Amino acid sequence: MTLNIDIKEEQKKSQEQMAKQGLRVLVCAGTGCVANGSLNVIKKFEELGANVSTLTAHDKMTIVPTGCHGFCEQGVLVIIPDMHVTYVKVKETDVEEIYESHIKEGKPVERLLYTDPNTQQHVFKNEEINFYAKQTRTALANCGKINAECIEEAIAVRGYEALANAIKENNPDAVIDTIEKSGLRGRGGGGFPTGRKWRFTAANKGGKSYVVCNGDEGDPGAFMDRSIMEGDPHKLIEGMAIAAFAIGADEGYIYVRAEYPLAIKRLRKAIADAEAKNFLGKNIMGSDFSFDLHIKEGAGAFVCGEETALIASIEGERGMPRPKPPFPANKGLFGRPTLINNVETLANVPVIMLNGADWFAKMGTEASKGTKTFALTGDVNNTGLIEVPMGTTLREIVFDIGGGMRDGKKFKAVQIGGPSGGCLTEEHLDIPMDYDNLIKAGAMVGSGGLVVMSDKTCIVEVARFFMNFTQNESCGKCIPCREGTKNMLAILQKIVDGKGEMEDIETLETLAKNVKEGSLCGLGKTAPNPVLSTLKYFKDEYIAHIKDKNCPAGVCTSMTTYVIDEEKCKGCSKCARNCPVGAISGEIKHPYTIDQDKCIKCGVCVSNCPFKAIERK
Amino acid sequence: MDKTITSEVDFKAIDEILKSCDYKKSHLIAMLQKVQAIYRYLPEEAMTYIGEKVDGLSPATVFGVATFYAQFSLEPKGKYEIKVCDGTACHVRGSLPVLNAIKEKIKLEDGKFTTKDGLFTLEIVSCLGACGLAPVVVINEKVYPQMTPDAISVILDTLMKEEQ
Repeated sequence: MTLNIDIKEEQKKSQEQMAKQGLRVLVCAGTGCVANGSLNVIKKFEELGANVSTLTAHDKMTIVPTGCHGFCEQGVLVIIPDMHVTYVKVKETDVEEIYESHIKEGKPVERLLYTDPNTQQHVFKNEEINFYAKQTRTALANCGKINAECIEEAIAVRGYEALANAIKENNPDAVIDTIEKSGLRGRGGGGFPTGRKWRFTAANKGGKSYVVCNGDEGDPGAFMDRSIMEGDPHKLIEGMAIAAFAIGADEGYIYVRAEYPLAIKRLRKAIADAEAKNFLGKNIMGSDFSFDLHIKEGAGAFVCGEETALIASIEGERGMPRPKPPFPANKGLFGRPTLINNVETLANVPVIMLNGADWFAKMGTEASKGTKTFALTGDVNNTGLIEVPMGTTLREIVFDIGGGMRDGKKFKAVQIGGPSGGCLTEEHLDIPMDYDNLIKAGAMVGSGGLVVMSDKTCIVEVARFFMNFTQNESCGKCIPCREGTKNMLAILQKIVDGKGEMEDIETLETLAKNVKEGSLCGLGKTAPNPVLSTLKYFKDEYIAHIKDKNCPAGVCTSMTTYVIDEEKCKGCSKCARNCPVGAISGEIKHPYTIDQDKCIKCGVCVSNCPFKAIERK
Repeated sequence: MDKTITSEVDFKAIDEILKSCDYKKSHLIAMLQKVQAIYRYLPEEAMTYIGEKVDGLSPATVFGVATFYAQFSLEPKGKYEIKVCDGTACHVRGSLPVLNAIKEKIKLEDGKFTTKDGLFTLEIVSCLGACGLAPVVVINEKVYPQMTPDAISVILDTLMKEEQ
């Protein structure tokens, strides 16, 4: 089809515009950095004016609020690409110094540079920060590099080029072929081949059909979809438009969690901007392809991440799953054929279309192609959002990108895939992480939440935590999930409370099997995974809780006692003054004692004692 | 149907909301969100009204949807909505001591979520997607990163002082 827009020309214009901005100072304006005060940092920079030194090749500077860089813990992040520098933990009060010293005088502000946790050295160059150096960013490629609220900047980095090409060539089948050949699999958890899903839906072409983006990122501990929606919304929109063109849909929905207000705001603006440019709406770029895109806000229900429940929720009903078949590809939203893909999956689409299926398929492993984002959190030095080729080992992620364990703690396990996933232990540190290897190890990629746990984390408590979550979020439609998770939680609670019996382990295993096999949807089918995998690798910890009434990590309060060491106690009375229940008593300058009957094991005394005289047993 | 109308609910405003949603039942969640934005909870009269006004809905279906989603509250919420994230990352990094510190500070009775004076409502949420800043507390949309029991006490002290 002939188009009334020359996208290459638009691209050139936008690039020229960007070149005129001079020195670009990128300030992260993702949820994390905004919480740390990035809006004030931006304001302060803007107040300083646009003058720069003659040392740089530019005549002025422009402050660019960007999406998430992934390194949230080090926020507010200020990056000046032309000076190859990243400043971390920047406060409003630091802005003037960065400006005066570095931008005007060419002298970097050392105290604001990233410090390598292992060498304790400042890192001067961006590309030498190990957190970034080992990543390969495709879905996140533009996150943090462009102004997330400016469509021109998205166009300058080849946004909407793949869509224009696809419409011009007018061969929807070829688009599906490319996605199929690339080997892209669903990034939301299931790992179903994306191309095949498109083909199934396209087979029902003819009447009304829909494209739905699943942005209901409910897994606690995962935030990649939020980062994409906030940081590069146009990539997602373009991915959806290409999908709609390929399967013959003319309407789409992005279902976003209500907990992500910034993502919703940026998507709304992005959709309006794309409509104004005629990249969305009627007769896109002058062709006969039309695609209307809407946003649906969720209202807080984890189960809505399940595709049939999500459809029910868009239709305005209780978000309860429906039996499959019929699959959404045949009978989905409002009874019409519907393609549902996750945010990260769709964000990969324009990149694949631009670079070709082979380019994508070269990354990753035999059956898992491309890259995957992981939300790295817990007891590691560098927490944040990362993107690595499929098949990267856990060791590389935790010890290279993550910078190793925090506070010298000992690595114990990684919980991957959230409440549907499982644990990986030391023995798994070197297996290539992809869909199939993780399933073999009893875990799953899931949405990509990676929580690193140390010997100070109680595994049984973690299993209880996830069961509590799934039990809360179980919609109640099918009995195995509704009653099964409740009973499993009761048993886990009993064990954590120090009242467990040995036969509980067997009951847990039987219940787990029944819930897994009998549940209607993915929530129930995967709910027992955290219990099963912790039982598999850490049975001794369960037994320690049950038989010895001992929590090896010292977390479960029912099994801990606090004791004051008479030798170390100087009788300063600080603990007694801070104890919320008045359980500590004594005489000044003599050792104090804790009344175990009154003690609620809150641990306040331990953190207050100046002499480290209180022990947790 | 009993049509007891209390002076509290402004039905004109609800009509506006229904109009903006084209009286379509598929927009029920959006309607309820807009009602809650006005009242900070869902008054029963408003739900009944929507159930009767919109084709294909009944008060029972509206009530069913309202009770299904965690975002909706059937009871009035406090002036300050405190959301404590207890997602995995926050949990591992100590969200529970923060939660306990808040409960103690605002003197919340067991089994209650809103304080007697109607100032604070405490909620536990699963994940706010700010895992890099764990543990996180959100008070009326403002995100407080890397909380400790001491830090949150100071923040609550400030809010309480402002209210006096």
